[in-house]
Amino acid sequence: MFTSLKRTIKTGWKNFSRNIALSVATISIMIMVVSLATLLFLLGPISDILISDIEEKVDVSVYFKEDVSPEDILAAEEEIYKISEVKEIEYVSKDQALERFTENHKDDPDLLESLTEVGYNPFLASLNIRAWEVSQYGQVASFLETGPFKDLIDKVDYYQRKPVIDKVFALISSINKTGIFFSIVLGAIAILVAFNTIRIAIYNSNKEISIMRLVGASNWFIRGPFLIQGIIVGVFAALITLLITLVICWGLNSRIGLIIPEVSMLGLLAGNFWMLLLIQLATGTGLGVISSLIATRKYLKI
Amino acid sequence: MLSIENISKIYPSRSGNSPTTALNNVSFKIKEKEFVSIVGKSGAGKTTLLKLILAEEKPTQGQIFFDSQNIYQIKRSQLPLLRQRIGTVFQDYKLFPSKTTYENIAYVMEAMGASNEEIRRDIPQILELVGMAGKADNFPTELSGGERQRVTIARALVHRPDIILADEPTGNLDPYHTFDIIRLLVKIYELGTTVILATHDKEVINNLGKRVITLDQGKIIRDEERGRFIL
Repeated sequence: MFTSLKRTIKTGWKNFSRNIALSVATISIMIMVVSLATLLFLLGPISDILISDIEEKVDVSVYFKEDVSPEDILAAEEEIYKISEVKEIEYVSKDQALERFTENHKDDPDLLESLTEVGYNPFLASLNIRAWEVSQYGQVASFLETGPFKDLIDKVDYYQRKPVIDKVFALISSINKTGIFFSIVLGAIAILVAFNTIRIAIYNSNKEISIMRLVGASNWFIRGPFLIQGIIVGVFAALITLLITLVICWGLNSRIGLIIPEVSMLGLLAGNFWMLLLIQLATGTGLGVISSLIATRKYLKI
Repeated sequence: MLSIENISKIYPSRSGNSPTTALNNVSFKIKEKEFVSIVGKSGAGKTTLLKLILAEEKPTQGQIFFDSQNIYQIKRSQLPLLRQRIGTVFQDYKLFPSKTTYENIAYVMEAMGASNEEIRRDIPQILELVGMAGKADNFPTELSGGERQRVTIARALVHRPDIILADEPTGNLDPYHTFDIIRLLVKIYELGTTVILATHDKEVINNLGKRVITLDQGKIIRDEERGRFIL
């Protein structure tokens, strides 16, 4: 058993190294497939980070009427906290609202001057409410408008923001769907190309396979080295792709960090390194082995 | 040992012409340790007959028994066991181009599950027997036609099969190498192996003085104990 395994591996390696040009061509094609699997694997967490980043920025603001006291607002806050959809609430008093406005528009003297001309603080106290999920904002908004303290409320700005929120999430969802569609199409093409490359490589050996049958070799004895060859090609493709991934992530890390500070390519890679390696190896060797099995089957019928 | 019973082989035509009858109701027996030549013109059915014995193809009609076992009832997964009892020498050598002389011969032993010690012991001996001791590490492309045929014979012989099937083994060789190869086959026969030799080489047959089965258009027209090539 051990001897035959050793022989199979040795023969597989010899076939691989003696047909080095063909092996290199097969590895190159396989790298494409493994790269695609890698891209899909890494894009998942990146898009999750981006979506949760956008979700973080979405909230509903409830503005209270001019004459509502801070105590009533805090009482309302407590009530609102009881809704299970609510994740957190931030209380912004009239003074804080003014302060933020002044801070945000300090470079716009005209605007600040007009504020002085008004003569009083025109801002309303508000509660900025954040839900666990974007889809829950509608429920939160309708609760506020029909709840026990609806008379205290001047306005809920959810409906003004709703079209923008909906648009952003429709965009994300369509990007996701398009991404999945293209991944499937590209994946199918890549797998077909890789499969055909291996098939052609084995087609070159079709005469040899029939001689092997005629001199009394069993099907598994014949197949073994081809499977090993498939595994070797897969492992090489996986390792080369891993190296390429490392180089690309290292190169892009600082640039992507500038655009999206929440995404650290190297951090992402470090956190998922073993899983990534496993996926790359599984894609490479799996495809190599399956293609070899299918391709040799045809010639083993003698 | 080998019993061929009412074998016919008809190849259907692909182009709509009438089908080709390669063998027509052929029957004969071969005893253990016999040297049998099968002769006939090209297209007489010699190669078809050998392919049927090796179960490379199935007959349209009839049976072949190898030691009372009907070879067409053997499952495909069990066919290697039958083929391991047969050594085949092909006209076009059928060596593995990416394997050296040594590896070509070792392949058959490995396929049979021989140990590394047996392989290391037997291959030099067999290479010595066929006169190829110095060419163990050469690839087939580095060998002459005669040398390749010697390697094929070594490969057919190394696992000590019960029968050697030689299909036009001298078809691609000059007269000098032809007699060389035939001498080798006779030597193998004298060492106790059944040999079935298919050839259309008149001179080879007339010098052998052994059993000759003559085929013509797929039929046996002569089967003589000390036969000659008469057509």
